[in-house]
Amino acid sequence: MTIQKRTIGLAIYFALLLLPIYWMLNMSLRTNADILGSFALYPHDPTLGNYIKIFTDESWYSGYINSIIYVTINTAISLFTALPAAYAFSRYHFIGDKHMFFWLLTNRMAPAAVFLLPFFQLYSTFGLIDTYIAVALAHCLFNVPLAVWILEGFMSGVPREIDETAYLDGYSFPRFFITVFLPLIRAGVGVTAFFCFMFSWVELLFARTLTVTNAKPIAATMTRTVSATGLDWGLLAAAGILTIVPGALVIWFVRNHLAKGFALGRV
Amino acid sequence: MEKWENNRAWFLVLPVFVIVAFSAIIPLMTVVNYSVQDIFGPGQRVFVGAEWFKEVLADYRLHDALWRQFLFSGLVLLIEIPLGILIALAMPTRGWGVSASLVTLALPLLIPWNVIGTIWIVFTRPDIGLFGAAVNGLGIAFDHTARPLDAWVTLMLMEVWHWTPLVALLAYAGLRAIPEAYYQAAKIDGASAWATFRYIQLPKMRGVLTIAILLRFMDSFLIYAEPFVLTGGGPGNSTTFLSIYLVKVAVGQFDLGPAAAFSLIYFLIILLFSWLFYQALQKVGTGEKR
Repeated sequence: MTIQKRTIGLAIYFALLLLPIYWMLNMSLRTNADILGSFALYPHDPTLGNYIKIFTDESWYSGYINSIIYVTINTAISLFTALPAAYAFSRYHFIGDKHMFFWLLTNRMAPAAVFLLPFFQLYSTFGLIDTYIAVALAHCLFNVPLAVWILEGFMSGVPREIDETAYLDGYSFPRFFITVFLPLIRAGVGVTAFFCFMFSWVELLFARTLTVTNAKPIAATMTRTVSATGLDWGLLAAAGILTIVPGALVIWFVRNHLAKGFALGRV
Repeated sequence: MEKWENNRAWFLVLPVFVIVAFSAIIPLMTVVNYSVQDIFGPGQRVFVGAEWFKEVLADYRLHDALWRQFLFSGLVLLIEIPLGILIALAMPTRGWGVSASLVTLALPLLIPWNVIGTIWIVFTRPDIGLFGAAVNGLGIAFDHTARPLDAWVTLMLMEVWHWTPLVALLAYAGLRAIPEAYYQAAKIDGASAWATFRYIQLPKMRGVLTIAILLRFMDSFLIYAEPFVLTGGGPGNSTTFLSIYLVKVAVGQFDLGPAAAFSLIYFLIILLFSWLFYQALQKVGTGEKR
């Protein structure tokens, strides 16, 4: 009986959650005149015109490609640097560990507006403006601390006896980490990978400041839909629907890791 | 069990430190530098000491924005954290429902923030938006561009819609990381659903909930794009949050000095509260652990 109620509650929540997204989908299949002209629960005269425009206009689709490239670089850097660091924080005492751990998170706490100018100056000094690596590095500022914090939480949930047993059995650190430890925290790695991808994907201020054309992100391209004649709602909605797709694929790939989680029996 | 004492662990942390410090330290120092100078143009600047800080701290509009910000972030935490935990508890643990739930939850998170505001403008419009039309159809006069309360309700709805999935995803991953043996032990003891939640699930979720609370606090305190696009800070100043006011100072009046002082004060407030939350959550954890 309780399970029934839970499922109904969850279904209602998901229905509400999908409403704005449905509305975006609805708009993306209509022309701008049609959207502004009448209220319609579903597109009476559906058209793929908005999507075709995005897929055929290079200034549009290159935005997606640019975003995917720098977001992928960022997610890779974040995960690979954060995994060993999170292990160190969860297992060892070392000088300054607590301060270091909290300092990492303070990098997410500064309001971006005034920091953009010195950021631009710093990255131009290194000649990095308008490159993928610039945006990927800048996003590390908030993604690496997040990755360390999430992974540390999951790693601390793994009993330390597992490490000790493995070392006694003669495992080297890298071999233990990859073959024994990582599978135990796969839910954490999955959720971290998704969050790094997501935060880098939707970030606009840094990405726009550090790029001109070659690495311009999709979120910046989308602000172009505001023109002299007003906003092209249909085009914006289609672009919005398409921005969801890559991230949805990411969570699709990590879903099994998320759901399986912890299985002590394997050790 | 105590952690192992080992300073060589620094080598594992070093890459993270280097990569974050590269982007963090020089810009922070530059902003500190701005905050104590009056800048007229390139090469023309005068040291003014704490002048900007005094000016910013005495600004009543900043105080108003600050209280609004506390109210907003407080509401966000009070609604999103319990709701996110409830959703995570209700989510299926096996079968096709898992994939469907996870992908559905991820959808709002993946839309760029400026676009979220734009979509909600349409969604809440009474003539062509589903929400606006439905509310007006029920006979409730609703207009987020004219009435402060309506603007707040719309913003909260958008915020809860947008970010509760983040809490739910974290809590779900945390729940999945609890070994099956704990539940079996609880079942043998005949523990109620509430007892299982209170003594097994909640303590085991402490890590992910700490990061969820801190993340939601920091990000909601820094919120800019969504309210800026949806309400522009209005009607009047009723939804002018700290960052919207900061951009007004920085861009509108083109005052780098006061804006930098403002940024640093802003940063320190977030730092202080995050630290308090963190300390409190750490204590809660140790109290519950056996």
